[in-house]
Amino acid sequence: MPITTPDLAGAFRLFGERLAEERDALTRLDQAIGDGDHGINMDRGFQAVLGSLPTFLDDGPGALCKQVGMRLISTVGGASGPLYGTFFLRMGTAMGTAEKLEPVELVAALRAGLEGVIQRGKAVPDDKTMVDAMRPAIEALEVSVGGDWQEALASAACAARQGRDRVTPLVARKGRASYLGERSTGHQDPGATSTTILFESLHDALATIS
Amino acid sequence: MQPPEPLVGIVIVSHSARLAEGVRELAAQMAGPDLRLVAVGGGPDGSLGTDASRIADAIREADSGAGVVVLGDLGSAILASQAALEMLPADLGGRVRISGGPVAEGSVLAAVQASIGESLQQVLDAAGSARDLDKGAG
Repeated sequence: MPITTPDLAGAFRLFGERLAEERDALTRLDQAIGDGDHGINMDRGFQAVLGSLPTFLDDGPGALCKQVGMRLISTVGGASGPLYGTFFLRMGTAMGTAEKLEPVELVAALRAGLEGVIQRGKAVPDDKTMVDAMRPAIEALEVSVGGDWQEALASAACAARQGRDRVTPLVARKGRASYLGERSTGHQDPGATSTTILFESLHDALATIS
Repeated sequence: MQPPEPLVGIVIVSHSARLAEGVRELAAQMAGPDLRLVAVGGGPDGSLGTDASRIADAIREADSGAGVVVLGDLGSAILASQAALEMLPADLGGRVRISGGPVAEGSVLAAVQASIGESLQQVLDAAGSARDLDKGAG
């Protein structure tokens, strides 16, 4: 059950649609501990991605991911543009020129994306960032990818949600939220929230592939 | 007559277009007319934010062959500048340095060093040294 370029594009489309739905909720989270533009920025970036998506489908999943990454870097103001942009760029590089991906190859690409985000943002666990949702989600995929694919994707989405919620009581140590110090405790992190939506979208779009 | 040695260029990145332009104005006062000092501020839609594509354009504009030092106001200005480097050709990207120095004071000190023809490393060091600038307030 290899994953094709249209399959992956479908997952990105779903992610973009969910971001549009959650735009105001993400912005409210960011107003509490950041500069209040996470929902607006992510929605603008993914609207641009969705508008160009049909032109990104000619050269395999790796090229698709790279073009999504470049589009995000050039349309999302704020830290999330370079961070999500790097995530998708590194995923695309890891995929190479393959025309289709086995699940284990997609998981390896997600790991490469995570490493890129960590390298760029310098976040460590419990800094209360997108990494706190992304890392457990990818680790869950890595341990379960050999078994049932649907269950593996479900465990990743679940791990992302748990990661997001686990750091809510913590003090943010990265980005604008870190300027708040102790006052950031108890607020759900916007970046970890949008990352959770990504893994939920991957589950919903790719679990039915067989 | 020998052509003048190229000077290190400076790019000023701020979330606010007006802040970036104001810092450029302040730094330009200390620099000669040959120094390439480029301000880039605001997000892709003109709101407060940063825009890696425009930062990449600003770096191209600021480079005259001697390299470019980039200063930014907040963390995501640095992140966006790092992303901009990946959008540039490797030879140009390789002679760009991103400074963690304070954007206003650092730009002024960097502009002084750049305008007298100092090296990329010396301009970078000047930008960083602005962290410890003695303003006489004790």
